[in-house]
Amino acid sequence: MAVVSANTTVMNNVEAVRATLYDALKSDERVCILGEDVGARGNVFLITKDFVGEFGERRIIDTPIAEASIVGIAVGMAMEGLRPVAEIQFADFIYPSFNQIVGEAAKIRYRSNGEYTCPMVIRTPYGGGVRGALSHSVSIEALFYHVPGLKIVAPSFPADVKGLLNTAIDDPDPVMFLEHKKTYRLIKGEVPNGHYTIPLGKANVLKEGTQLSVVSYGLYVHWALEAARQLEGEGISVEVIDLRSIRPMDKTAILQSVEKTRKLLIIHEDNKFGGIGAEISAMVAEEALFHLDAPIRRLCGPDVPAMGYALPLEEEFMSSPAEMADAMREMVKF
Amino acid sequence: MASTDTATGTLERHGLSDDQLRAIFRNMLLQRQLDNRGFQLNRQGKVPFALGSEGHEALQAGAAMAFNRGSDILAPYYRDLGLCLGIGLTAYEIMLSIFARAPDHNGGRQFPNHYSSKAAGLMSFSSILAAHLPHAVGAAYAIKYRGEKGRAVLATCGDGTTSEGEWHETMNFAAVHKLPFVMLVENNEWAISTPLEKQMAEPQIWKRAAGYGMPGRRFNGFDPIATFAAVKEAMDRAREGGGPTLIEGTCYRYLAHSTDDNDMTYRTREVVMERRKQDPVPAFEALLVEHGVLTAQDVAQMRKDVLRDTNEATDAAEAQPYPTPADLYLHVHEGAWQPWQS
Ligand SMILES: Cc1ncc(C[n+]2csc(CCOP(=O)(O)OP(=O)(O)O)c2C)c(N)n1
Ligand SMILES: [Mg+2]
Repeated sequence: MAVVSANTTVMNNVEAVRATLYDALKSDERVCILGEDVGARGNVFLITKDFVGEFGERRIIDTPIAEASIVGIAVGMAMEGLRPVAEIQFADFIYPSFNQIVGEAAKIRYRSNGEYTCPMVIRTPYGGGVRGALSHSVSIEALFYHVPGLKIVAPSFPADVKGLLNTAIDDPDPVMFLEHKKTYRLIKGEVPNGHYTIPLGKANVLKEGTQLSVVSYGLYVHWALEAARQLEGEGISVEVIDLRSIRPMDKTAILQSVEKTRKLLIIHEDNKFGGIGAEISAMVAEEALFHLDAPIRRLCGPDVPAMGYALPLEEEFMSSPAEMADAMREMVKF
Repeated sequence: MASTDTATGTLERHGLSDDQLRAIFRNMLLQRQLDNRGFQLNRQGKVPFALGSEGHEALQAGAAMAFNRGSDILAPYYRDLGLCLGIGLTAYEIMLSIFARAPDHNGGRQFPNHYSSKAAGLMSFSSILAAHLPHAVGAAYAIKYRGEKGRAVLATCGDGTTSEGEWHETMNFAAVHKLPFVMLVENNEWAISTPLEKQMAEPQIWKRAAGYGMPGRRFNGFDPIATFAAVKEAMDRAREGGGPTLIEGTCYRYLAHSTDDNDMTYRTREVVMERRKQDPVPAFEALLVEHGVLTAQDVAQMRKDVLRDTNEATDAAEAQPYPTPADLYLHVHEGAWQPWQS
């Protein structure tokens, strides 16, 4: 977690997003929010509750149900000097805006040879474990992390939410800000008061260890940490790294850890094939193969289209802290 | 041409001065000259691709006259050579993009005709049809957001592009928020090889305006003065806070879609020749000469000037260097940047 001064407030992740957006709206007249039901309803998770009363419909924009143009209009606003924060109500609904994110936002600066820029944030709740069924549970990061011109952040702790969202809003280029739904109210933590930023591309070593490096992000960071703490009791020492930022990704933190522990387990909720773990594995194989004492392992979602609504289908899709602990034990034993 | 008042025989100029009428005509000549130059250079093997706007000259030169430089914003598409010339791009800037040279606004990254100039208020266009339209209403929203008076956004696209979902989303948002926005559709009856009737069951695109709750109107895009009047009326309304308008100009695409297209595979030469009889360039020339705005001598001089300008722009642009291999890596993000942070 970021440095916590005496001057902190305990918040959950919803409150951290909300407080950060509020401060941004207060301090920068160029910041506006657009999305479905962000006005009177205050967003489906109440993140923007009461904003429209304070900042008005001009800055808190209830859009038509039209995701391509939610992003596309934000692109135009950004090109014209505003600092829009576009919201996609659930990550599952981001597909209609794929063109605007990948074909437009990510390429505005590049295609205009730097004449135009696109400083905007796309916030969206993602992830499962909330009985969200097929189309309110997906992870989307792997679909976008292939795209040069985009930055992608996926914080897990309230203090990181605040620091990274501040950075994302200040960033001169488009940033996707992924919020894991299950962590929204589940995860509480101390958040420093006042304005601060956390640089993109900096992972956080949550727990030091010597026998295995575990790299994760999102909800699974919390479960991996839980598993690693449990293994302490068995005399197993696991290092847990929270990526926080997916693109750019912190190579140094991963390599330093792997060179120390000589074993790497990557854990993510998104499915395995072509996922974030694939890129990390390839990077470690290229850069640190001879430091490894065991094959790299990935514990990921299965390669099925999505988790189901029925509890057994959701549970089968998700990895549990117990499964994570098992994978860690096996790796350490290898 | 509709611009002559049949009762009095006088020119209906909608407030356009002789100088403005001459500028419109000059723009039309320059468009045609630059178009031809692009195709010639392609046939000479000097450039891999060119795209022409023949048939759109009157529409674009007229529309450009209704644009206020320095305050309005234009979100054009690739067919808009004349519009972009009319709002201030130079023949040299056009040739830089045709030759993909380093000083080009896009640094030689994009196809020619993908106009972009922040200084001119010209928003960047990708090749992805209709994707620029949400940007245009986003810009219009920014104008309204800041309470700026007297500014409006003019966006354009072809008839085929109106089938895209983002076209609809754009129109709807512009209407809901009464934005200072004008959607100008250049209906040339073709989308590459697909004719209008396969694109839509109702060929009068302007009629959709009613469904969005905004005014709509159609005009003869072969008539630059009628075009100017329609675009000005819509832009003035937008600038004064009266909200968006959908306007549709009818014209025709005389050339193949681009140098990579052979239109004889889907339409006949006879049909094109028949439509050539309406060619707006000689028609407008005859009108201006008839009404004494230009003499035949003036026209001859103008043609010479335009050819000279095109030649000079061609030579000057061709002499510029290409971007270097190192330029490939610039402007992904601000500053030097890698996906792996070390
Ligand atoms: C999203 C997308 N789909 C398809 C194309 C390929 N394409 C380029 S131009 C064109 C025809 C467009 O016709 P229209 O909008 O009528 O404009 P015109 O070329 O006639 O001026 C097509 C299909 C594209 N560039 N982008
Ligand atoms: Mg067309």
